[in-house]
Amino acid sequence: MPDKKQIVVLMGTCGKSAGSDKVYSAMENEIKKRGWTHVELKQTGCTGLCFSEVNVKTFHGDEEVIYQKMTPADVVPFMEAEVVKGVVYAEKLLRKGKKGTDVAFPKQKRIVLRDCGKVSPDSIQDYLAVGGYDAIKKAIKTMTPEQVVDEVKKSGIRGRGGAGFPTGLKWELTRKNPAPNGRYFICNADEGDPGAFMDRSVLEGNPHSVIEGMMIGAYAIGADHGYIYVRAEYPLAVKHSHKAIKEAKEMGLLGKNILGSDFSFEIKVKEGAGAFVCGEETALIASIEGKRGMPRLRPPFPAEKGLFGVSTVINNVETLANLPWIISNGGERFGQIGYEKSRGTKIFALAGKIKNGGLVEVPMGITLREVIYDIGGGMIDPKYKFKAVQLGGPSGGCIPETLLDTPVDYEKLNATGAIMGSGGMVVMDERSCMVDIARYFLNFTQNESCGKCTFCRVGTKRMLEILEKICGGSATMNDLSILKDLADKCKTASLCGLGQTAPNPILTTLKYFENEYIDHIQHKKCTAKYCKALLSYSIDAQKCIGCTACAKMCPVKAISGEKGTPHTLDQKKCVKCGVCITACKRYQAVQIQ
Amino acid sequence: MVSDSDIKKTVQELKSKYGSSKDALLPILQGVQVKFRYIPKYAVSCIAKEISVYEAEIYGVITFYAQFRLDPVGDNIIKVCKGTACHVGGAETVAEIVCDTLDVKVNETTKDNKFTVEYVACLGCCSLAPVMMINEEVYGYLTKEKIKEVLKSYA
Repeated sequence: MPDKKQIVVLMGTCGKSAGSDKVYSAMENEIKKRGWTHVELKQTGCTGLCFSEVNVKTFHGDEEVIYQKMTPADVVPFMEAEVVKGVVYAEKLLRKGKKGTDVAFPKQKRIVLRDCGKVSPDSIQDYLAVGGYDAIKKAIKTMTPEQVVDEVKKSGIRGRGGAGFPTGLKWELTRKNPAPNGRYFICNADEGDPGAFMDRSVLEGNPHSVIEGMMIGAYAIGADHGYIYVRAEYPLAVKHSHKAIKEAKEMGLLGKNILGSDFSFEIKVKEGAGAFVCGEETALIASIEGKRGMPRLRPPFPAEKGLFGVSTVINNVETLANLPWIISNGGERFGQIGYEKSRGTKIFALAGKIKNGGLVEVPMGITLREVIYDIGGGMIDPKYKFKAVQLGGPSGGCIPETLLDTPVDYEKLNATGAIMGSGGMVVMDERSCMVDIARYFLNFTQNESCGKCTFCRVGTKRMLEILEKICGGSATMNDLSILKDLADKCKTASLCGLGQTAPNPILTTLKYFENEYIDHIQHKKCTAKYCKALLSYSIDAQKCIGCTACAKMCPVKAISGEKGTPHTLDQKKCVKCGVCITACKRYQAVQIQ
Repeated sequence: MVSDSDIKKTVQELKSKYGSSKDALLPILQGVQVKFRYIPKYAVSCIAKEISVYEAEIYGVITFYAQFRLDPVGDNIIKVCKGTACHVGGAETVAEIVCDTLDVKVNETTKDNKFTVEYVACLGCCSLAPVMMINEEVYGYLTKEKIKEVLKSYA
């Protein structure tokens, strides 16, 4: 293999939608046409460089080269350079660096994503070649289940799904419960937070690492059956999970008496059906059981009475993908990475108004500023200043510029009012209105509330109405105090995480951006110029040359004027669609206030 | 039109694949929807009989989950993502353009039965925002021109 020229096309869902399929087949055709047998074309999951899709990777000696924004038209010149001449195809070069280092993004520490973008997700052989399934072999052959639990406890890893419960402790507590009917081990891949996509990427890019993690957990707690509960909105992740389970079964890594031991374990894939609340443990269990996915009161905790009334452990995808590394390298080594009570790494999905959006894995303790500026490259359009970063999705909050030096740590982030959450990081600039962002999240949680608890069912609706009133310019200061009151009550009077954290987007925006709320209410002004009801369009007579372009485009004929003379805009007719702004790009005579 | 015998046969096939215990309900409903692209009324009574669950309970499950539909859909399903990154990137405008171009509202089907337009919570392609999914294909970096181009390719 080493003497073959390797060309790797990175094909996650993002890559595919950017056209990696077309690039791949164009390359395949080209190789066939030229009859090259010394070229190996490979497809892998994503390496996290979403902003520059389609990515292609090659190797020159011990140098790794990553190309960006490849199109089918690039294929022939690319092949000429790379294969015929053996040089870098400079046109689309993104970056290069020493093999084995993090060429994709600097300052990363890749444990979970260690092999994403290296191994082909539909080949168990690829995973085995990088030491895959060595950890479970080590566990079964040389460790007792208690020792596995101890090792995971030593690592200090905490649940990556959001709440941050120590994984080793969860297992230990589960083991204390009698299990006359066996136990279940569930992988929570119901990644419902809008703005987070690390679980999708791991399952798409390296499903075997998740399966191996589940096996380690199942061995430790003594489970013989497992489920991967994955969102149906992720068809590629579902496909790769099925394929990986099938391959592992064929190799005897899943099934009865694994590797000649007493340990038996089977995994089934269950597709979610589009309910955010099913990320909550007890709701997820109800959903697998074929019921409406509604949470129930705890205790009893799933560790005691879980799926089908049997003792159950539920771990998140990212947590599980850490486990093979922990067992192979030892809990102590994992524990050396990190900050205070947050050990190891965390994956963040960088999106929004950021230059280099994508998936990055960073050591705990790194500051938000480093993630956004050093790794993410800062703002996408330097004309607009950073305003806030939204962390933790609908359960999280917006963090302002002044707190950007907060380290990535469960406790420190909680103290800001946001949460670590699953790791969605949406960067916003001056063009985003904070009241609108709160409204957006409340609209989401209000839709997704299962309806069991009053404050979550009705309270979110009332809060949403108030936020809509504020955005619409018809709210009073009294509404604001009702909003605060409702937010507090919803937090305390809800059964599960959804309701308890639903007010967080409101509370954090109120804490850090209260002036925007007051501007909306008292001055009927949206500083971000986002809330349509509070905007008014006008034409600057000084700048207008009377070209009639805006008048022609206006769908409601609100603009009038003779050709060659400044136009006027009738406020009463205007529907604030913004078409005139686009029409007048050149002279910028249309203004918004 | 979907025939009753077709529905019955499908439900029975799905039952033999997923079993008749209660936890088979979701996979069976998902299977029915994959086949008919919605859940016909008659399928609900078939499932009730096959796996001994009350029809009311099945309706409860169907209406709880966003994935299930009780009405037929167009040939292509467009899901406009309204995740956070897409919202910041202008998802509302995407939905407007799609709806204007096809002369339809969200959660409705075009007169020629070619498209149904829906919202989806998040497709997890946040770096490509704003995005939409047509059937199982994801389209990112949407602009007015690109949306029109994509829609044309399905016409």
